[in-house]
Amino acid sequence: MAIDAATVRKVARLARIREPEERLEPLAQELNTIISWIEQLEEVDTDGVEPMTSVVAVALPLRDDVVTEGGDTRRILSNAPKSADGFFIVPKVVE
Amino acid sequence: MSDLTKLTLKAALAGLKARDFSSVDITKAHIEAIEQARGLNAYVLETPDQALAMAAESDGRLARGEGGALEGAPLGIKDLFCTDGVRSTAASKILGNFVPAYESTVTSQLWRDGAVMLGKLNLDEFAMGSSNETSAFGPVINPWRRDGSDAALTPGGSSGGSAAATAADLCLAATATDTGGSIRQPAAFTGTVGIKPTYGRCSRWGIIAFASSLDQAGPIAKTVEDAAIMLRSMSGHDVKDSTSLPVEVPDFASYVGKSVKGLRIGVPKEYRVPGMPAEIEKLWADGIAWLKDAGCEVVEVSLPHTKYALPAYYIVAPAEASSNLARYDGMRYGLRAGGPSLTDVYEESRAQGFGEEVKRRILIGTYVLSAGYYDAYYLKAQKVRRRIADDFDQAWQTCDALLTPTAPSAAFALGEQSDDPIAMYLNDIFTVTTNLAGLPGLSLPAGRDAQGLPLGLQLIGRALDEGTLFSLAGALEKAAGFTAKADRWW
Amino acid sequence: MSEKSKLIQGRTGPWEIVLGLEIHAQVASNSKLFSGAAVGFGAGPNEQVALVDAAMPGMLPVINRHCVEQAVRAGLGLNAQINLWSRFDRKNYFYPDLPQGYQISQFKDPIVGEGVVEVERDDGTTFIVGVERLHLEQDAGKSIHDLDPNFTYVDLNRAGTALMEIVSKPDMRSSEEAASYVKKIRTILRYLGACDGDMEKGNLRADVNVSVRRPGAELGTRCEIKNVNSYRYIQQAIEYEARRQIEILEDGGSIHQETRLFDPTKIETRSMRSKEEAHDYRYFPDPDLLPLVLDPAWVQSIKDSLPELPDPKRKRFESQYGLSHYDAGVLVADQARAAFYEQAAAGRDAKLVANWTVNNLLGRLAENGGDIETSPIPPEDIAGLVKLIEDGVISSKIAKEVFDHMWAGEGAPAQVVEKFGLVQITDTGAIEASIDKIMAANPDKVEAAKERPQALGWFVGQVMRDTGGKANPAAVNEILKVKLGL
Repeated sequence: MAIDAATVRKVARLARIREPEERLEPLAQELNTIISWIEQLEEVDTDGVEPMTSVVAVALPLRDDVVTEGGDTRRILSNAPKSADGFFIVPKVVE
Repeated sequence: MSDLTKLTLKAALAGLKARDFSSVDITKAHIEAIEQARGLNAYVLETPDQALAMAAESDGRLARGEGGALEGAPLGIKDLFCTDGVRSTAASKILGNFVPAYESTVTSQLWRDGAVMLGKLNLDEFAMGSSNETSAFGPVINPWRRDGSDAALTPGGSSGGSAAATAADLCLAATATDTGGSIRQPAAFTGTVGIKPTYGRCSRWGIIAFASSLDQAGPIAKTVEDAAIMLRSMSGHDVKDSTSLPVEVPDFASYVGKSVKGLRIGVPKEYRVPGMPAEIEKLWADGIAWLKDAGCEVVEVSLPHTKYALPAYYIVAPAEASSNLARYDGMRYGLRAGGPSLTDVYEESRAQGFGEEVKRRILIGTYVLSAGYYDAYYLKAQKVRRRIADDFDQAWQTCDALLTPTAPSAAFALGEQSDDPIAMYLNDIFTVTTNLAGLPGLSLPAGRDAQGLPLGLQLIGRALDEGTLFSLAGALEKAAGFTAKADRWW
Repeated sequence: MSEKSKLIQGRTGPWEIVLGLEIHAQVASNSKLFSGAAVGFGAGPNEQVALVDAAMPGMLPVINRHCVEQAVRAGLGLNAQINLWSRFDRKNYFYPDLPQGYQISQFKDPIVGEGVVEVERDDGTTFIVGVERLHLEQDAGKSIHDLDPNFTYVDLNRAGTALMEIVSKPDMRSSEEAASYVKKIRTILRYLGACDGDMEKGNLRADVNVSVRRPGAELGTRCEIKNVNSYRYIQQAIEYEARRQIEILEDGGSIHQETRLFDPTKIETRSMRSKEEAHDYRYFPDPDLLPLVLDPAWVQSIKDSLPELPDPKRKRFESQYGLSHYDAGVLVADQARAAFYEQAAAGRDAKLVANWTVNNLLGRLAENGGDIETSPIPPEDIAGLVKLIEDGVISSKIAKEVFDHMWAGEGAPAQVVEKFGLVQITDTGAIEASIDKIMAANPDKVEAAKERPQALGWFVGQVMRDTGGKANPAAVNEILKVKLGL
């Protein structure tokens, strides 16, 4: 399935990456090249194969319900582009 | 004193312990070497003051007859490891001047064992690349050059800074990470030893994530034994990483020099790819012969899904990356650009903050996970991944380790492959399979091509069987007798 | 309630509302689902934030065992399937109070599967709501929009707090049913201690899926109303939304599937455009976590430790104490009420105690906006009051007066009776005197009563009035009968 400029625009929007209009077509070409190369996977028979999401064969470890962190607002905000009164300050969110 | 930088880690540790020289001495020697080697662009941040302070403390401990396994040894740290109070960037503009208020588990274990931090090493942006050319700080230059040429070559990637710094004696050893070959390919390109251990051996906590199910830390070092010493300090179960394996850390160095007699070595026929340079074919044959001489039994094995590993990887890794890198949004740290609207800030910050390759992978990852495509791409890739892992399980029926070339070529010139993403991706063709299966893979220098560039051989082992790899690598290292160093031109 | 009365009459005929709810209940825990930061209310901004909650580079989630246990408890309380193998997925979207750029949730393989809940309507009839699933997920942080005209302030204290999302089947047909269902879920979760159910603090809130259809027709297109956090708002939102959809459909339009927001001041729902665009969450298994595998023995031990839940407790109250279905329902609606009742009822006339608890005490508390926890009267005093009635020391009528004094803090019932001289008159002399006086003043009534014994009641009333209600009614009856020669 071919990726066109509109698909790139949609995907870039989903990924919150601005791509100028004139980049959409060349990007579509690039991504198409990669995707069609990837599509050789279709040759592999995977009927009945369990997908492998992790190579670790142990169960998820569970931790105790104890408070071990927090109370250090400065540590959390120290790299913030903008902050005040203990809050992160971000562009206005319109709902 | 500058010859202190030429020491192996093992020799340096012995010298430090014997008080032949101090940690400050060897640290200063490295700081000077780093200053003189800025043309290599291996370090993105030098921390000489911190290094000397740590060295002085080490000297204190050494003087009292104390000290850990790496006491006083100056190391370089890939700038993917978060270091407390020291700028950590992943070689991306999007992190800007991010200064973590925490120390990665792996580096904190190095400091626990007495190591000294010289600075942060260059890499491909977010470890995405095979040539170090995607770094926001510009590429690292390989200390190696082709005979009679002064063309700048890539040190490989993504751990290009780690490999170049180790090869050029700008540190005794370095930390690195490997998602598809990022430790082993640079090691092969620079004549150094690198090991990607079993997934879960080293904690990922505090390492800036690229693809969580594939990322694994490991060392790049000058010798097999040095790599073993480093890996022991870097490994260990960490309750802060849910994927960390609750297993004991062996004394890896004790495996180096052990007899490999009777071990069965698999040679996977699918790794004999079309267009493989004759020199690499020959190197591989040499490796097989050396192991036979050492008493190994060599068998041909088949890993039938090998050719599908890279395409599967280029679904899984970008998919995970597209999600892992969503946090770089200009809200809490790092670059904030554009405005005033929220959407504009998101899109501008990420457009300006990420480089082209990172953006390309985020777009691919977003695409393959998006509605309607998940099954065709992501799920399919995870199934193929299972087949690849099953191939290895099958191979372990007849052999104890695999021997392959590390990379399909020697170091190439900067700019040579940067226009063709797929050609670049093919650098990882021999290494990426172990990431998908979570297995340990080690690269060691075993010869040079006709132009004098180092070439690497790769050993692949069973999960948690790094010990066998170290034994085999020790045997190969001895047989290959690779002692060449890059001529110093910088 | 008949099936028919639930229908809404439109201009063109009747419509049926179809409702499904997603309840988000904050898991009662000390620390967050994947971090060691504290969970709580009232801390300063960003004071309860771990590095992983702020999505600092390289930070990793580690799951809280207690939160898993709470989800299992809740699942067992909902009579649901506990999935011994479940998994966490990432739900990817950008929002400033979602630091990771994804929410860790359970999409394909939730920890709890299908269950059933029996719900009582206000009129005492019951209906069944199917539970589709219950899963664990992270809450988001809080965005504050009104501190600055140009910027939004973000507080991540809530980010990463464990939520249980309980998804119902579309089994409700009226706003009342939806509210009753939420009440029931809240009661069960509170019994289990899995969630404090505090709706004002947003610790229990619901997304409501509303659609309408002609009776018996296929399901219509639904709209999701986000984050409604009171029973009243749930009902108002549903009613507004159903009306809105009916109007559109009756005008020949069609419903656009979307997320809507309820505005409690205007009592209307409106489209949430910002959440609408690019609705593609790109779910995939979180590679930082492994599958959650539960030991069946552990699940069994949780099962064994469950408290008695509201439904069995109600049945027991009905059989053990002979209570009406209604009274039992009121008493078990809250664990503290039920405990209060059982304490008061021990050794007493259990039905009488239920009357006093439900009708007088809870009624009075409700008038004052309280519940059993804020009762000024302890259970032993309700027991004491009932004992005084049982022993004939006071009449039911006097008991009401005693209760008022108890409510006002005048002390235990016996003290109140003593203090205000409310002891029942059992002294036959005093009663006889009163009767004689009334008989003398009403000779006609005396004659009438001799003819028609039913008229006796009039005399009883007069005597009670004369004695200020303190005369023992049994004694009055007896003496009257003798004096009237009946």
